[in-house]
Amino acid sequence: MNIHEYQAKQVFAKYGVPTPRGIIANTPDQAVANAGELGGNIWVVKAQIHAGGRGLGGGVKLAKSKDEVRELATEILGMTLVTHQTGPEGKLVQKVYIEEGADIKDELYLSVVLDRALEMPIIMASTEGGMDIETVAEETPEKIIKIAIDPAFGFQGFHGRELVFGLGITDKAEQKKMIQFASKLYTLYMENDAEMIEINPLVKTGSGDFIALDGKMAFDDSALGRHPEIEDMRDISEEDPDEREASQYGLSYIALDGEIGCMVNGAGLAMGTMDTINYMGGTPANFLDVGGSANAETVAKGFEIILKNPNVKAIFVNIFGGIVRCDRIANGIIEATKITDVHVPVIVRLDGTNAPEAAEILGNANIANLIVATDLGDGAAKAVAAAKGEK
Amino acid sequence: MSILVNKDTKVIVQGFTGGEGTFHAEQCMDYGTKIVGGVTPGKGGQTHLGQPVFNTVKEAVAATGATVSMVFVPPAFVADAVMEAAAAGIELAVIITEGAPVRDMQAAKACAVKNGMMTIGPNCPGIITADECKIGILPGMIFKKGRVGLISKSGTLTYEGANQVVKEGYGISTAVGIGGDPIIGLSYKQLLQMFQDDADTEAIVMIGEIGGDLEIQAATYIKENITKPVVAFIAGQSAPAGKRMGHAGAIISGSAGTAKEKMDALSAVGVEVVVSPAEIGKAVKKVLS
Repeated sequence: MNIHEYQAKQVFAKYGVPTPRGIIANTPDQAVANAGELGGNIWVVKAQIHAGGRGLGGGVKLAKSKDEVRELATEILGMTLVTHQTGPEGKLVQKVYIEEGADIKDELYLSVVLDRALEMPIIMASTEGGMDIETVAEETPEKIIKIAIDPAFGFQGFHGRELVFGLGITDKAEQKKMIQFASKLYTLYMENDAEMIEINPLVKTGSGDFIALDGKMAFDDSALGRHPEIEDMRDISEEDPDEREASQYGLSYIALDGEIGCMVNGAGLAMGTMDTINYMGGTPANFLDVGGSANAETVAKGFEIILKNPNVKAIFVNIFGGIVRCDRIANGIIEATKITDVHVPVIVRLDGTNAPEAAEILGNANIANLIVATDLGDGAAKAVAAAKGEK
Repeated sequence: MSILVNKDTKVIVQGFTGGEGTFHAEQCMDYGTKIVGGVTPGKGGQTHLGQPVFNTVKEAVAATGATVSMVFVPPAFVADAVMEAAAAGIELAVIITEGAPVRDMQAAKACAVKNGMMTIGPNCPGIITADECKIGILPGMIFKKGRVGLISKSGTLTYEGANQVVKEGYGISTAVGIGGDPIIGLSYKQLLQMFQDDADTEAIVMIGEIGGDLEIQAATYIKENITKPVVAFIAGQSAPAGKRMGHAGAIISGSAGTAKEKMDALSAVGVEVVVSPAEIGKAVKKVLS
């Protein structure tokens, strides 16, 4: 689960990780009032969406008067912000964060993520703050410091020393501040079951303080149950409504831009089905894993969600029945076609437990548009042909 | 021979008396797995499915001599269960549970390694040695006995792959579902070596997916250590970056963990890489004939 920048900064503040002061606003009036409450004469108006690259997309702007705060808030609220992380359709901005201006002397990068190969969290840091870290990693990998921390022993002094010497911080007071900053961030990462924390940029101010100018956090979905205060920060308007609806029925759905709807049991086979469709010259319209306990209701829901996508020209149902019996799935498909108006060809491949019985059930059902396939390759080929309007 | 488990392996079930544990323990027993007991705290002394229930793994091991545990404990408690198994001297824990917090599994795995216990999973279908022993939720009837070893992150692709191997007239020695979480137990490297050393395995199928770099590590390992033919499929060639494709670990982060880089790495070391899972059976036939 992702949260907004302003929420991440609330979590930071709880752990004593320094951030600029700021207040969230839903309207231009609130934005101006917030600027007044913060005081000073320079503010930053920041669009709050779950995607990086907001500055480049025009969603982060500097205001030098309250009139300008109003002007910018009016412009940014309600805009559809397109960044390299939103996709071409962009994201609607519903909230702006009004923040006091910072005295920026230096911009750094700091993140905490899980290193899957090491099987422990690492702190990643770089002097190249404000840049896309992927680009830095590609062009100047030597400018990225990685420090692995074994959770069994926690953040030690040497981790801090590797960090500050690696970043070229020589002033004793500054070293101490940076080490405290990173140590608190690590604690916060562990205690909240974070999946990723990224601060880009982390700035050094004119007075030698380090503050999180930006903040991005994602959490382990499997651990949200023990962090109700984090789960409360969920902003469902940032999530794809179809993906969300699917998840409520135990389905895992991701929309893609092709023409062949896919309904598959198991995430690996679902990806493998998409790959096979591609390989045969077609394009998958979605990823959909119906899970291990597919029944008539979930299959019907799957059809409904797939068919919401107007690009879908055929649906490939690919089920390898293990513990799940194919005859039950076949009955589920028949029930589903009664509940939902399935107006495109449906190619069904059922293999595994009780597959012959399933084929018989489908054969006797006399459903228009239903094409039975014998295996994965056959099913994908038939789906590609059907989507092209061939019989 | 085979790897890790066989007809003599003594297995206990953690989460024995729960719904999932009961259903699948029964299926495993029907298959022939020697399930010698189970653990459910507070239910020690009872009998379940004709086998004794213990309060702790330590008691279960002392009374039954079990060396393997099949874990069906709910996600919030699974790390605790795995650590208990490790402390009690279990040699291999097969963790079926889906949805375990990553931080918990990090600690559980570190504890297992320290105690010399191997783990498979979590979020996996388990392991099967054809006609001898099934530990997990795999549908036993697909796995006809033969000489092909199979390693897969995905459950249904394990079944798909095994089914094709059988349809081509071959069979399976042992199949291992290693799971699709960010942190897993035994991985390709260790299992490839076990299959390399197994006299009953002639070829190996490895099924991977996007995310992480275990398949890349496997490629490096194959180059130096594996002489038996390997067939590979990597799921997610058509997956978009930044989206989690069902499995917690199946995500392309930035530009890392793509199917293409894994396929290229495996091809480069002589692995027979197929672009569709529909080609796995044919590829096995090709490398074995």
